[in-house]
Formats: sequence, structure tokens, C-alpha cells
Amino acid sequence: MEQSGKYDVIVIGGGPAGLTAGIYLSRARLSTLILNIGVAGGQMILTHEIANYPGIESISGYKLASTMKQQALSFGATIKTISNPPQIIDKGDYKIVQAGENSFSAHSVILATGGSPRMLGVMGEQQFKGLGISYCATCDGEFFTGKNIVVVGGGNSALEEAVSLSRFAETVTIVHQFDHFQAFPAYIDEAKNNPKIKFIMETEIREFAGSDKLEKVLLHNRKNDSEEWLNIDGAFIFIGYQPNNMFVKDLITLNDREEIIVNEDMETSVKGIYAAGDNIAKKYRQVTTAVGEATIAALAAAARTWELKKKN
Amino acid sequence: MTLDTNLTHVETASDWQKIISENENVMITCGRMGPMCIPVYAVMEELESEYAHVKFADMLFDSPESHVIRNAPETRGFMGLPFVMYYKNGKVVKAVSSIQTEEQVKSVLDEYFGKP
Repeated sequence: MEQSGKYDVIVIGGGPAGLTAGIYLSRARLSTLILNIGVAGGQMILTHEIANYPGIESISGYKLASTMKQQALSFGATIKTISNPPQIIDKGDYKIVQAGENSFSAHSVILATGGSPRMLGVMGEQQFKGLGISYCATCDGEFFTGKNIVVVGGGNSALEEAVSLSRFAETVTIVHQFDHFQAFPAYIDEAKNNPKIKFIMETEIREFAGSDKLEKVLLHNRKNDSEEWLNIDGAFIFIGYQPNNMFVKDLITLNDREEIIVNEDMETSVKGIYAAGDNIAKKYRQVTTAVGEATIAALAAAARTWELKKKN
Repeated sequence: MTLDTNLTHVETASDWQKIISENENVMITCGRMGPMCIPVYAVMEELESEYAHVKFADMLFDSPESHVIRNAPETRGFMGLPFVMYYKNGKVVKAVSSIQTEEQVKSVLDEYFGKP
């Protein structure tokens, strides 16, 4: 069903940053729409235990997200789920947010779209997810007991999880696109000293194949440009996270890591568009930092919005 | 033993039997509180009010009682948590392994149980 509406502020993203912005804005009596892609809570819901959130001794990320969502709703924020990133059109004093058939407008927009795990994006990856391809060693490692698997990646997660998976698997082959790893030396040493772990460097996976389940991967050697199939029972992919900013790349300034550059008010290169959370350029990514940035973004967006409402 | 979600928890094999026989359309996610499973529970919680004609529930994978799902013929070959089961009139109509997006869950619900 087609929907449209005029709001004071639109927040895009429903993780800790988006929900915090929603709480502050709606409590300030500004009509606030939170457009959430996926499920409310963002990456926070995946955290088993949060024990460093001030004022709360210990809580699961799932419960904290649920409480934040209820808090935002109780202050009057509207939360809508959308399937794909929206399009934002800058009209100066107001912005249009086009989400599929639905069109919304507001004086200010806060981008709190967070980040998501990177996928390889090669043929067969979707088809064999859960049928041999996994992104979580702790969750699925036991299904690969006595099997031959590959781990894709060269960072801390890849090396650490390869060692962890060697407790289950017969062999673990780490496939990495470069000739060196980005992981900490301790993780590299631990993997190199593990007799079950082998290495295939300067190589990418081009395709996953099989019948009912994953059976082989197509390896592309970047050094000599050759390709060969490797028979395997499983593949674990750990190639890092990416900020969810590509939908605004033509509108606002991103750095070379695709992160949004903001000023001290959390304002982006476009006046009236703010950003907070894991999608901005910053050093530390924590629930508390996201909440702090969102507070600043919400207060700055509120100040701008009140000014514009007075003018009109 | 239950999962830390707001969904209906299936704790025993007899609970499972009761829920799939007393409800025409049932979605049960069998998993842990891990990064592949939690997004699926969250999607189910989001959809619970919209899909009032579907009963949503979860079951702890590590409970011995979950053999009713772990050992189901439809989950043979599954190598990723969670195991997501869709039942119509007590019969499995679809079984899916690993993390699912809201779009993917909705598409199965719409296809087998009808749009809300």
C-alpha cells in the first residue's frame, strides 16, 4: 500500500543510533519517522551480553534493542520497515525520502544505517547459505566435524575462527586474496602452528558449486591468473564489515572506506542531513558511541527543525 | 530451557505436536541466541502482529526435545543454524537453513500461508 507523509525529522536506520535519535526527537515533540531496513536493533541484537552500558549491569543486545524500540514508540515515534535503502532528495529546507512507492518529507534527516557483514557476492553464495556456506563458526562449526572446509579472509576474525574451526574440521584451508594477512601477529602464528590449517594465498573464490549442498569452490589465483576447482564440504566467510552508505554516495561526502564524514554536530556535507553510528568515519564502534553521536545528531536536527518551523 | 525472545517457546516434543496440530499455519525457528539466529527471531517478532493468521514460535536447538526438528527428514543436509520450519495443517511445507532476511521470510509466508 502506497504511503506518504510529512514529518519533522526522518531517521533512516533502527539500530542503537537510530532508536536513540527517535527517542530524543519524539520526546522533544517533533514528529519523527524511523525508517528501518531489516530488524530494529541493528548489529546490537547480535551481542550476547552488553556489560558496559552505563546504568545497566548486564543485558543482552536483543533485550536492549527491544527496550530502546519500545521507548521510542512510547514517546510517539513512528517506526516503519522498508525493504531497500531509500532515495533522498535534497530540497534545501526540506528533504524528500522515497522508499519504494512511499514518499515522505522532513526538514531534517538522520542517517543511522550502521554496517553489515561483507559477502563475497559470487555465484552460488546465496544458494548454498546454510547448506555448506556459513558466516558464524560458533553457530555452525559442529556441522563440519571431520569435514574439509575453507575459511575466506585474512583479518583477525578469519584467522581466529579458522583456529576455532580446526577443533571440528579435518582440514581448514584459509583462502586469502593478498600475499600477507591483516590479522594480529599472534593470530597468524597460532594459525600457522596449527597442523590442520593450510593456506592458499593471493587467491579469490569465484564460484561455489554443488548439488544439494556445497561440494566445491572455484579458486582464482591472482598472481598467475589461473583457475582450479577445490573439492570441499564447507566454506566460512569472514571478510569484514561495510558501512551501509552506498545509497547516499552521490549525495553526501564519503571517505575512501565509504564512511560518512560529519562535523561536530554530526552534520554531513549536506545541510540538514546528519549521520550517527557505525556508518560514520570514526575510530571506535560501540553501542555507547552510537548512542552519543545520535544524541548530538538529534539535538542538532531538532534545533534546525524548530528554526525552520518558526520561519514557515 | 528457552530462548531469550518474546516469541512463544516450544519446550518439549509434545508442545511442538500441540502447536502444529492446533494452528493451521506455523513458523518455528529452532536455534540458539547466536548471530545467525537472532535476526530471524527479530523478523518473526516484527511480523507477528501483521501475520495474525500465522503462529510464530521458537525452540532451543540444544534442547534434547528439539530432535523433532533436528531429525526431521526436511532438515537432512542442513549445515547452518537456525533451522526454520513452516507447517501447514501439521505438515512441513518448507524448511530453510541459516539466516533469513525479512523479505525472504515474508516471501515464504505469503507463498504458503497467504498474504495478510
